[in-house]
Amino acid sequence: MRINLSKKKIEDPFIAKVEELSNQNLLACYQCGKCSAGCPAVSQMDILPNQIIRYAQLGLKDDLLKSKSIWICASCFTCNARCPKGINIAEVIEALRQILLRNREDHVKVEKLTDSEKGDVPPIAIISNLRKFTS
Amino acid sequence: MKVSYYPGCTLKNNAKNFEDSTICSLNKLGIQVEELPRWNCCGTVFSLATDDLIHHLAPIRNLIRTKETDSDSLMTLCAMCFNTLKRANERVKSDPESLDKINTFMYRENIKYEGDVKVLHLLELLRDEIKFEAIAQQIVKPLKGLKVANYYGCLLVRPKEIGLDDVENPTILETLTTVLGGDPIDFPYKTECCASYQTVDKPEIVAERTYHILTSAQSQGADVVTVSCPLCAFNLDHRQKETIKQYPEFKNIPILYFTQLLAIALGCPEDTLRFDLHYVDPKPILKEKGLI
Ligand code: SF4
Ligand code: SF4
Repeated sequence: MRINLSKKKIEDPFIAKVEELSNQNLLACYQCGKCSAGCPAVSQMDILPNQIIRYAQLGLKDDLLKSKSIWICASCFTCNARCPKGINIAEVIEALRQILLRNREDHVKVEKLTDSEKGDVPPIAIISNLRKFTS
Repeated sequence: MKVSYYPGCTLKNNAKNFEDSTICSLNKLGIQVEELPRWNCCGTVFSLATDDLIHHLAPIRNLIRTKETDSDSLMTLCAMCFNTLKRANERVKSDPESLDKINTFMYRENIKYEGDVKVLHLLELLRDEIKFEAIAQQIVKPLKGLKVANYYGCLLVRPKEIGLDDVENPTILETLTTVLGGDPIDFPYKTECCASYQTVDKPEIVAERTYHILTSAQSQGADVVTVSCPLCAFNLDHRQKETIKQYPEFKNIPILYFTQLLAIALGCPEDTLRFDLHYVDPKPILKEKGLI
């Protein structure tokens, strides 16, 4: 996979926004990979949790905002519990979702959910899904 | 002893088995359960973005409702409600500026919230206040010979600030199973995420997790798997329908709330167990073990 780095990307306010929304210091990450090693969702992810942090450090905004991974992560907090540098990776991923959701780019379209998708699941599933995936 | 109780939305319908078995068990243990006369949905997930204060209002309002009843603690059962209420409470306790803003938002409330309500999970009430030794003395039907795999999932134990038990290797449910006379079995997937709310739009991911979690419990000889969250219950029980389609060799296994086992051991009547709400029927194995 080819990654284009540029000074412009590194200076983009996107990095500061992610740090602010997540209250995390991205540069604290030393890429040990422990977050990805324990993440139950990696088999479905296109960018792994440690890579998400690396991409965010480098300001790779477009790659991050179009990645599947940010919608596959279920905020299970396993990565947070294991990061030796105390980074809350789940919060960083939340910040990425928030950046899209705050621009009304919903991941789940309520009007497109079928009756069985809505009706067969308990209220707790619908409420949490819409809290995480819609603006 | 009286306890203020916050049910949350799902406890009143899909998870009525969780509520009824708990209330019966607590009554048997001499506890009076007082449901808040007014409560609202907690929002189910703790709001993670630093500036998103508005979503902390829902949980904090429930803590104000608790103060209105002159109580200083609130007990809940659902792992997601517990996590959301507790984290919102911890957040405002450690951040007076946010608390002030939240109180200002809720200017029509008669009581100002001051971080002075304690959020308790039922398991904490059982372990720390009623005490397991006292429960042991009330057992009328020990869960003899029942091999129980206790599934914690995520939000009962993570993040660490939740403080209910060890974040990597919780054991409170295994201890309780032993107190109830059952055989707790250990399995490596007990804190693995079931994929949670992905069940709405990506049920195939849930089916995959359910397969791995449950076959791991089965490989250790489990007769049943217990849960403490209505969303885990839905995913591990009802999604077995999808699991079998994705993995034809999969064999069904009953999922129970840990409170249903508590209720059985304390001699609660069968109508408080509400087996009609289950997808995989727990009755055959419970009958085989002479428990119902
Ligand atoms: S566990 Fe922490 S330090 Fe290691 S790669 Fe992940 S975020 Fe970076
Ligand atoms: S919070 Fe998200 S990234 Fe972290 S381990 Fe869980 S699913 Fe993976």
